[in-house]
Amino acid sequence: MKRNRIHSPWGGFIFVLPSIIAMAIFVYGMIGYTLLESLENRYNAWTKNVKFVGFVNYTQLWQDQEFTHALSNLLKFTAVFMIGCLISGLIMSLLLEKGIKGEGFFRSTYLYPMAISFIAMGTSWRWLMDSARDERATGLNYLLQNMGLGFLQSDWYTSEAGSMYAMALPAIWQMSGYVMALFLAGFRGIPDDLREAARVDGASEYKIYRHILFPQLSPTFLTVLIILGHISMKVFDLIFGIATKSYVTKVLAIYMWQTIFDFQNFAKGAAIAIVILVMIAVAVIPYLIYVNKTEEANK
Amino acid sequence: MSSDVAARVTRKQDLRTKRRLDGKGQFWLVFRYSALTILFVIAALPIYIMVINSVKGITGVSQSAAFTPPRSLNFEAWGPTWKVLREPMMRTLFFVVQSSIISAIIGAINGFVFAKWKFRGSTFIFTTFLFGMFIPYQAIMIPLTKFNQWAGIGGTIYVLVVAHVIYGIPICTLIFRNYFAAIPNELIEAARVDGAGMIRIFRTIFLPLSIPGFVVVLIWQFTSAWNDFLFAIFLTGGSPKLSVATTALNFITGSGNQVYYGNNMTASLIVSIPTLLVYLFLGRYFLRGLLSGSLKG
Repeated sequence: MKRNRIHSPWGGFIFVLPSIIAMAIFVYGMIGYTLLESLENRYNAWTKNVKFVGFVNYTQLWQDQEFTHALSNLLKFTAVFMIGCLISGLIMSLLLEKGIKGEGFFRSTYLYPMAISFIAMGTSWRWLMDSARDERATGLNYLLQNMGLGFLQSDWYTSEAGSMYAMALPAIWQMSGYVMALFLAGFRGIPDDLREAARVDGASEYKIYRHILFPQLSPTFLTVLIILGHISMKVFDLIFGIATKSYVTKVLAIYMWQTIFDFQNFAKGAAIAIVILVMIAVAVIPYLIYVNKTEEANK
Repeated sequence: MSSDVAARVTRKQDLRTKRRLDGKGQFWLVFRYSALTILFVIAALPIYIMVINSVKGITGVSQSAAFTPPRSLNFEAWGPTWKVLREPMMRTLFFVVQSSIISAIIGAINGFVFAKWKFRGSTFIFTTFLFGMFIPYQAIMIPLTKFNQWAGIGGTIYVLVVAHVIYGIPICTLIFRNYFAAIPNELIEAARVDGAGMIRIFRTIFLPLSIPGFVVVLIWQFTSAWNDFLFAIFLTGGSPKLSVATTALNFITGSGNQVYYGNNMTASLIVSIPTLLVYLFLGRYFLRGLLSGSLKG
């Protein structure tokens, strides 16, 4: 009875059509709208005569000292966050990868930060990274003193020069477990025979990792870089939860929020949003194409 | 296939293959445990501080004593904090449950089509969906607010249901697609021979098999919607009538109140309890969601 429908190659299309329309409007259409907004002159909520002004808003961003400050903050943060997560996640996975008693326990505790909101964790981190020193010290500064490392005391996220590096600490703390899980999956996807064969040939453990295991992990590395990179570009509640709108830790997402909410400057806010989007897209679009291709090739 | 990836991570490694450890082997074992323990302490420190300071009273967090457990339990911060948080948390629960269930249903249908009922161009369309996972939501926030006004849901909690359902489509589709892709095609072919249509195959074969997939998606959507702050603050405009768990918490712990650490830590802990419980009991599914969301295994 339903024969015709079974073989209709377009049957599936009907069922995803609502989602296709939703994505077309809410992702692509709305990005288009924001792009248009960024090319117009709605500089406050009362602008009546809305007209097209071209790329002026973008060129003005580059002269806006607060924007360039937020951008350079974001890049500093990204560098430390990505390197830190890669190293700590890799260390965690190397420690666990061969299997060890209690592995499940360690794995779960490394991963739990992913389940908590950063508005909540921000309270703890704000206290840990309190800038008071010596007798008045709390948090990490107090801990460092007690360990005889008092000279390492820091202003953390309130310092002029090091604020973004300090801000990367909670971010690394939150995301390392994720990176660990990705690397563990990578390591355990490598057939044991490869390792065994190298061992029989007399290769040292170091050489096995260096020449056999790590090269196999390059797709995992790429995935990790993309995931960390796009999370970093978007970073918002992590910084908001610890330092709200503080100038020294301002990044693009925070600045965009301020521009919209505090100043109702829609044109400028839209332009900042598009800048964030473009920075993500230049990495993500080639990545998606690559994933698509490798998947086709595996068929 | 990504659904196997989590199994790969949680697979029990065979620990008995190695016979007695020699000196070098013993050294490495001790080294590994020490390193793992240090990492454990670092990972646990922030939540440890939160827990012990929530039972020290409202401001009782004296500087140097903060790292040590309390001598006696003082729950005085819990009552007033819960009183403030109860309504926002109930509101959060209300919208999160709805958005998660709707997301899971949409995800299951889409995932089935993209895995087993492909049409011309479906791979391309799927890829355009995936891009939606990576976009910064700032880039859609201005028109989305307009849309909400236009649709007449501005100023209601449904703005968050809509946002989480729509922007959850890519990840939910991806998780289900990976899940269904691992189910062998022979099942479909056998059913077809028996004269079943695709809709019936979906209903009678794939849906019953997809319970774990539903758990993964529900947990994922629950956790990310509960913890979401960006949509909440943009779309509700910080209105107290629409405050949800994270925005209410941010109001409590915000800049003016930073001295009441006991209070703040308690509030933060209360807001974290639902997602922590889910993680504690269903962590394996949470891990699956994380790895499915990473595209490649």
